[in-house]
Parts: sequence; structure tokens; C-alpha cells
Amino acid sequence: MANAEDLQYTADHEWVSADGDIATVGITGYAAEQLGDIVFVDLPSVGDAVEAGQVIGELESTKSVGELFCPVSGTVTEVNEELAAAPEIVNSDPTGAGWLLKVQVAELPELLDKAAYDALTGAA
Amino acid sequence: MTDPSPRRSPLHDVHAAAGAAFTEFGGWTMPLRYSGDLAEHAAVRRAAGLFDLSHMAEILVLGPGAADALDAALLGELSTVAVGRAKYTLLLNGEGGVVDDLVVYRTGEDRYLVVANAANRDVVVDRLRDRVVGFDAAVQDETDEVGLIAIQGPRAEEILLEVPAFAVADDADPTEQHFRESIAALRGYRFLRALWDGHPVLVARTGYTGEDGFELYAAPELLPRLWTVLMDLGRGAGLVPAGLAARDTLRLEAGMPLYGHELTPLTTPQQAGLGRLVRRDKAADYVGRAAVEAPEAEGERVLVGLAAEGRRAARAGYPVLAGDREVGVVTSGVLSPTLGHPVAMAYVDRPATGEELAVDVRGSRLPVTTVPLPFYSRKA
Repeated sequence: MANAEDLQYTADHEWVSADGDIATVGITGYAAEQLGDIVFVDLPSVGDAVEAGQVIGELESTKSVGELFCPVSGTVTEVNEELAAAPEIVNSDPTGAGWLLKVQVAELPELLDKAAYDALTGAA
Repeated sequence: MTDPSPRRSPLHDVHAAAGAAFTEFGGWTMPLRYSGDLAEHAAVRRAAGLFDLSHMAEILVLGPGAADALDAALLGELSTVAVGRAKYTLLLNGEGGVVDDLVVYRTGEDRYLVVANAANRDVVVDRLRDRVVGFDAAVQDETDEVGLIAIQGPRAEEILLEVPAFAVADDADPTEQHFRESIAALRGYRFLRALWDGHPVLVARTGYTGEDGFELYAAPELLPRLWTVLMDLGRGAGLVPAGLAARDTLRLEAGMPLYGHELTPLTTPQQAGLGRLVRRDKAADYVGRAAVEAPEAEGERVLVGLAAEGRRAARAGYPVLAGDREVGVVTSGVLSPTLGHPVAMAYVDRPATGEELAVDVRGSRLPVTTVPLPFYSRKA
């Protein structure tokens, strides 16, 4: 699992981990818990151009549907193929094996640090 | 009037300690889930789940005229129900629409317990009070004095029988052994009045999950102790606390309608697949009778079961399509945890029920097949 302190966050409950010009994107543990058991993940395709703020996918739980807002702009280089058969990984390891997609970015936007995100969700 | 701020179950602190996530439902703050919807759902199908249903409304109708009053007030013929038995029935409006679905327990010759949905507490009490006028009967809203928990699943009976200090009430034989034999012999939609450690508990073989199980009605202050004893004795057999999320997916697989989804004041019993509850040989006249016995009660739209492939669920409110025509609307839908594919209930125009149908899932077309209800039934 990635160190939560090293991640950046959005107010829409996504996290971003940057490695060079590749940004790995997922949803936060808080978001996963709010959704409940995730049973279906809809993601863009490799090669798709995505823009920050755009809805690029959906996460469905037994009770609800959550939209995935892209936190960065760029080109999708990889999606987590494991999630098609095992979407529950997003619940069990949201910031690790439950990552959603990787995007090649020109530059990373200014996002929230952990303290700012925790303040948003009311976490201690 | 019901207090407008959400009310808390007498078990609230027990749920919070168990890590429950809460939701507001029918004016109450109730547990949505504990460990997870899917694990709780699976536990009820395979072993057992314990549900807090304290939000349900309990209404007494009593007096020498209670049986006749309920015959006039409700769709079912409650006067013919024997003491110790329960009946699933509907409260209709004058147009034959469903005001609420109810389970009515005949607890004495002159005494019935009517259990209504939380959100419909006031309307059911009001309608019953209106409709008993002229009969020697009274209506008492006992919701604040009666709590309800349910243990549901194939191991529910075994776990209940582990609980010490139960006795059959008002019986010559007050032993635990007699209680256990009576429970083992209790068939579906029957109940017995019991004492647990001296306190009254109505133990009914009823439920809303499609599994065998029991509903236990008792004073609210008794519930935390009874809940804890059941959990402690049942955990080893696979008993888990289960929330409203699992209750909804369980009842949906079992094809059971939910008020506000499949049942509304604009739908008739026949449209909702509950035509069997309309008995033309019923002696008494009742509110809605002329309407539900008229040919129009069959309705233009009828409730159907839909099944699909894949993992994407058709959800309440999504349009049902035949070609490009909108021919219906989904009332409840989920990726069935037991079956592994999407299932839904929907109202569809009668002529279209035989056509190839699809559901508009947020802009994409999900092909669906009309299938008989229920989607799931337990092995006998």
C-alpha cells in the first residue's frame, strides 16, 4: 500500500500518486467505505485522452453508483485489469492493489495534501 | 404526529459498538451495514443474520368488533385467521391503490397486531382509526412500546433454540424444553407468545429475506440484552448482524415487493403480482373492493422480473425499452449477490412483456430477459 502521506487528493475523493510523468489514480478509503461493497468498475481504455474534472468511469456498489472524476489531464497508459473480475479489491486495498488507472501527464495539478483531505472528510 | 427528527433504535449503541454505518430510513436512523453488504447477504443465505427492525410500526386493533373492523379496513379476511396465525395483506385506498403492505398477527379473539412500514406509520394509524368507526374496536399505536428484531437464515432456528430462559406464555408447561419443542413445530406465518426471563416476547415464524427465520417482538428496553445473547450464542454458527442494505438485496432476490418501489397508492394488487390476495369470496365489503374487482384493476402496466448478463445493475427509475419505445420503468434492481448476475423488478406495459426488452443504464443499453418471480427461492 502506498504511504498515505505521499498521495495527493481531490475533493471528489480520488487520490493521485506521481512517478515521473505517470500519475496513478484511485479512490480513497473514505470513498470506498461510503460506496459499500463495490461490484462493478467501469474504466476508460488505454490510449484515451482524459481531462481533469471529466467523468471517466463509474464504480457501482450493491446500493449505489459513484462517478469517477479524472483528477489529471493526459493519456491513459494502463488500467487495472484485475478489477473486472475482482472489483472488491477497491474496498480491501483502495490505495494499493485497488488502483484504477495510470495517466501520462504533462504536469500535475495542485491537489490536496493528506491533512487538507482529512479536514474535508472530518477524519481526525 | 411523529417526531420529524430521525429517531434512534434502542439498539443504536450496540450497533455503533459493532462498527455499523447508519442510514436514515422512514424517519429512523438505522444500521445500513456492519462488515459489508455482500458478506451479510451471504451469511443470511448460508447461516443466519440478525436484523434490527425497530423502525417498523406496531399498531394494535382490539375489541369485540376488531375482526369485523379489520375485514372492512383491509384487503384480507382477517376474521377467518385463527389466533396464533399471521397474514400478509394490504391496506388499500378507495381506488384500489396500495397505501401499505402489512403483516397482521391475530394475538387473541379480540386482538390483532398490525405491523406497517415505518414511513407509513401515521397514514396507517389514521386510516385504521377512520375505518373502525362504527365497530366496537379501538386502534392503539404501540410503535414506541414495541421493538422488533429478526433472525433469518437456515440456521436461525438452531440458534434461537440455544437461547436459555425462554418459556411458552400462558401455558401449563413453563419449561425450556416445551418452548423448544413448540418452536421446532412452529410453521410459517404462525407465532407463539413467549416469556424470556419473565418478559413477554412474541416469536413469529415470519420474515422478509426468502429464508426461514423468526421475528421477535418485545419491549424496546429488552432488545439490547436479547440481541447480545443471540449474537454471542450464534456467532459460532455463522450469525452476523445484518443491515438494511442486505435486507433490501435479500428481499429483492426473493421477489418480495417494497413499499415505495413496487407498491404505491397508484398501483393495484394485481399490477404488483399480488392478485392472489384479492378474494372475491370475501364476505365483508372493504375499502377498495369495487376498484380491485373491476377489470381495470389488472392495469396497463404489470410488475415483471428482469434478468441480465454482466455485472451492471438496472436500478430504480431507469427506463425499460422495447426497441426505441419506453415501455416501463425499473422499481428495484441490483447485481444479485446469490445469482451473480443483474436482476430487477419493473413495471412494463402488458403488451410489451413478451418483447425483447432492454434497460437504459445511464445512456447505455442493457439487454434484459423477462423471468418469473422470485429470482431466488430456498430449497425446501
